[in-house]
Amino acid sequence: MERPTYYHSVMLVKEKCKGCTTCLKHCPTEAIRVYGGTAHIIKERCIDCGACIKRCPYHAKVAVTEPFKRIQDFKIKVALPAPTLYGQFKGLSDIGRLLDALIAIGFDDVYEVARGAEYVSQEVARRVAGRKVHNGMPLISSACPAIVRLIQVRFPELLDNVVDVISPMEAAAVAARRRVCQNMSAQPGDVGIFFLTPCPAKMTEVRAPQALRHSNVDGVISIMDVYGMLNAQIKKARHFPYLQHAGALGVAWAQTGGEMIAVGEENSLAVDGIENVIQVLESIENGDLSDLDYFEGLACVGGCLGGPLTFENTYVAKNRLRKLTERLPKVQAPEGEERELDREDLRTQQLLQPNPAMQLDGDFSVALQKMERIEQVLADLPGLDCGSCGSPSCRALAEDVVLGFAVELDCIFKLKQKIQQMSKQMVDLSETTRR
Amino acid sequence: MPLIAEIFEVQKDDFVAAGEASAKIKRTLKKLGVGSEVIRRIAVCAYEVELNLIIHSLGGTIDFSVTQERVTLVVKDVGPGIPNVDLAMREGWSTAPESVRMMGFGAGMGLPNMKRNADEFDIHSEMGVGTEITMKFNIK
Repeated sequence: MERPTYYHSVMLVKEKCKGCTTCLKHCPTEAIRVYGGTAHIIKERCIDCGACIKRCPYHAKVAVTEPFKRIQDFKIKVALPAPTLYGQFKGLSDIGRLLDALIAIGFDDVYEVARGAEYVSQEVARRVAGRKVHNGMPLISSACPAIVRLIQVRFPELLDNVVDVISPMEAAAVAARRRVCQNMSAQPGDVGIFFLTPCPAKMTEVRAPQALRHSNVDGVISIMDVYGMLNAQIKKARHFPYLQHAGALGVAWAQTGGEMIAVGEENSLAVDGIENVIQVLESIENGDLSDLDYFEGLACVGGCLGGPLTFENTYVAKNRLRKLTERLPKVQAPEGEERELDREDLRTQQLLQPNPAMQLDGDFSVALQKMERIEQVLADLPGLDCGSCGSPSCRALAEDVVLGFAVELDCIFKLKQKIQQMSKQMVDLSETTRR
Repeated sequence: MPLIAEIFEVQKDDFVAAGEASAKIKRTLKKLGVGSEVIRRIAVCAYEVELNLIIHSLGGTIDFSVTQERVTLVVKDVGPGIPNVDLAMREGWSTAPESVRMMGFGAGMGLPNMKRNADEFDIHSEMGVGTEITMKFNIK
């Protein structure tokens, strides 16, 4: 089975990087090192969460998404707007106008990801309700791709608890292609499905899917890249009721807790911000949240509205979304004959695999020996976790030394010590050789 | 001879540091590449026992060691001791004071839960002296 696990959307622009250690200290998987004057991303460990993009004061960390002109490669162009997009525009009082603006900038059809989210919410609710064995840990949302990857790297023992339901984006893509092929009698290959994304992890989810064999999305475009065009068009746009299908619960997925409320499970918990999510995953692992049935964890503070590729302030966008959904019916996705997706469409196609990037060695006895040496090296480091060596902590430097990626004298305190020693030796030497 | 050995001190009533020892233990085991199923059981036991030291004991230590074959946790406290170990091993039996139960602890599931999750479980307790628990986990 081929899995291009190491595709990454998050990249470093070397020319802009000053080699400071801001990103280093905030990477949740210790995937950044600074050496030779610039940061470097360890591709095996990076989960494309975008924490470094948000932190970098020089904008040296960027997310690579596809240019808007890529839509021209397809005969029929379909936009999948993330519900986050709805909260980006000042003065927008009608979602239908925004969807019409998408047509105005060049798309032939629009399928709301929020509608996909309605189908996904129902399916997740069935999983939670139909769970036969509670293993002392809640089922975990699969919606945030950065969190799924975080679990693969740091919490592999929780992988079995991640729900085997596809993301709203993928659900929307399947339904959209089907609808377009039917209504416009097009071949599936003529249809280009483009997700308008608030985050780099979605780009990675499309390029290197973990739970699907292939993504149903053809391209991913940053919300930031279409913001200007849409903002100009919205004023001219009309309300096209036939484009708008999602209800309030689907749209609310853009913010933390939106999924939880749409799923409707009483014993649920929603947490945002990757550091907070890590803390709760630790508790889940400890068996300390055994009374919980469902857990929604989102990497960005505020949920997708806080994604690194959004234009508007998270809380301003959240407030706009609240106003936009006030008059919407709760759910619009049809039941029975009218359903666009059946249950099988919503199921993932392959098991999530652990990512062993944090392991010291594939061989347990070798790993043990390495750990023993790490403890020895660590005992001799100052324990300040200053990051000046280019590793995120003293422990990480000790690991890097043992794994052969760094030397002990990368520690500036060790270096200072060594220089003092050497200068003392020089003085002694010159004393003894003086005649 | 264990290749990895570390002793964690746990203070009575130190809720601020609760979970730190078990977090370090988990991190080490993950770095070593110990199987998920085993880590899961060790995580539950390490956290449970760490909280036990904070809530019930007068303070103690968790001695964590790893060899090729197994992970061992030896937990010693300096008192007060468990009056009736057989009773304490029953689910639902707890000596936790009301203040602790208010925090959501002390449901009396701790010791039985540890026994269930460890491959070997041994407990000795003497009133006025202290309790010693040994838990072993086989690494497959």
